[in-house]
Amino acid sequence: MNSDRLFTRFAIGINAAWLTLFALVPIILILIVSFLKPDPNFFVLMHFSPRSYLTLINPIYLKVFARSLLLALITAGCCLCIGYPFAFILAQLKTRFKPLLLLLVIIPFWTSSLLRSYAMVILLEAHGILNSFLLRWHIISQPLHLLYTNTAVLIGLVYCLLPFMILPLYANIEKLDLRLIEAARDLGASHLQAFGKVIIPLTLPGIISGTVLVLLPAMTLFYIPDLLGGAKSLLLGNLIQMQFLYTGNWPQGSAVSIALTVLMSLLLLLYLRLIPKAQRSQPL
Amino acid sequence: MMNRASKTVYIMMIYGFLYLPILVLCIYSFNNASYSSLWHGFTMKWYAVLLQDNDLLRVVIHSLTISTIAATTAVILGTLAAVALYRYHFKGKQIFLGSIFVLIILPDIVMGIALLILYHALHIPLGFWTLLIAHITFCLPFVIITVLARMSDFDENIFEAARDLGASEAIMFLRIIVPMLLPAIIASWLLSFTLSMDDVIISFFVSGPSYQILPLYIYSLVRLGIKPEINALCTIMFAVTLVLVTCSQILFKKKL
Repeated sequence: MNSDRLFTRFAIGINAAWLTLFALVPIILILIVSFLKPDPNFFVLMHFSPRSYLTLINPIYLKVFARSLLLALITAGCCLCIGYPFAFILAQLKTRFKPLLLLLVIIPFWTSSLLRSYAMVILLEAHGILNSFLLRWHIISQPLHLLYTNTAVLIGLVYCLLPFMILPLYANIEKLDLRLIEAARDLGASHLQAFGKVIIPLTLPGIISGTVLVLLPAMTLFYIPDLLGGAKSLLLGNLIQMQFLYTGNWPQGSAVSIALTVLMSLLLLLYLRLIPKAQRSQPL
Repeated sequence: MMNRASKTVYIMMIYGFLYLPILVLCIYSFNNASYSSLWHGFTMKWYAVLLQDNDLLRVVIHSLTISTIAATTAVILGTLAAVALYRYHFKGKQIFLGSIFVLIILPDIVMGIALLILYHALHIPLGFWTLLIAHITFCLPFVIITVLARMSDFDENIFEAARDLGASEAIMFLRIIVPMLLPAIIASWLLSFTLSMDDVIISFFVSGPSYQILPLYIYSLVRLGIKPEINALCTIMFAVTLVLVTCSQILFKKKL
């Protein structure tokens, strides 16, 4: 019996210790650093200062924050509009190829976003395949300069993050009882009413999970603007990266990360408030 | 609503969107031209160029080492955690589970700088160990969730039977739980390995010049523009991901 308790304690203790030391403590350190003064020699001075947070309200920072959030919201919106019908159709399909079709969504989910962004660069470049195709079929008369614009960044983000929207939606919609639509129709609801009042509320857990999984990376995948262009400080992720590696202002970078973490917590709270416990889907 | 044909067309369009760029990348890696979007005939020479690149080979070995050790450690720790979470009630269990979910959705960049600050505060030089610890830490929550999800299919009577026959918790873990979970354990190893091989953001902050790894090497190359050798390298990376993910999905679906 004694050895049993030892085993249990070991199993839990080693994991709790690892996550405390390498996840919890570091995150608390970000919070501490964000309240210290920057040191020009790439670390911090041990003086309390709320200056990093005061700088956050500075219009320049607010502009980056707002622009990054807007871009992330547009990305999430596009992913939802494209992904929802896709997940719905896929969940309803009755074919023996369904596991294969699902696998074809899971593979891009796990494929490096860096690699996929690079593939997008090849597709979008001025002498690339998309322009050659459009020119040959006389859809356009001059090559489109898509690459190195904010549109390219948006396309890249949607391309990379679409599977992160589709999979939670699919997991949710698959469990949906489709007879509920018929029931709503029998009770006199129009197609639109059945969709708005029955389907949407029941798939809300999937919609919110998918949105959270798209929104946060969409603000932080700093290599996408790096490769596909647009303004250099387009995403919050670029701003944090610059503070840590080029400007050497660690407290400022930490304060921006804390702001991002607060946003994440708000999204989580929203999820917990809106969705009853029984309906919460697994994030993956 | 939509009819059958338009549904099929819609699905095909989305698959096209997901796969067309990768497909183009793969095709170009066999194109016999160094800078052209036109097809100049089939060649394997870009792959040959890769094989002769000693820098690249060293970086690949670094990455394979980190990913193998990280995935193995994460799987051992994560399986223990998942079994403990499933079998026992202990103080702070809900907090533990909650923090696992938070870690999964925590933006990579936040974890990257958090670890960078920790290493800096402890005066640990960036290199092999800092990368390894970071990779184990971001794989761990995925392993715990994957294995835990699989355990909920278990028949509890098996544990009762083992108990009645005198098995201790440690014996039960090694002789019953681990063998039963083996497909899920291997699946989560493959996924951890993939996650570790692909990570750019966290590694970007916690690696130093002394120990370069593949995703960062690719990042430094792709920033310079399109090159056929990079296409070949990315094609290999994609093929590896394809195989690993497909195997993991097959294993995970396998009935006990």
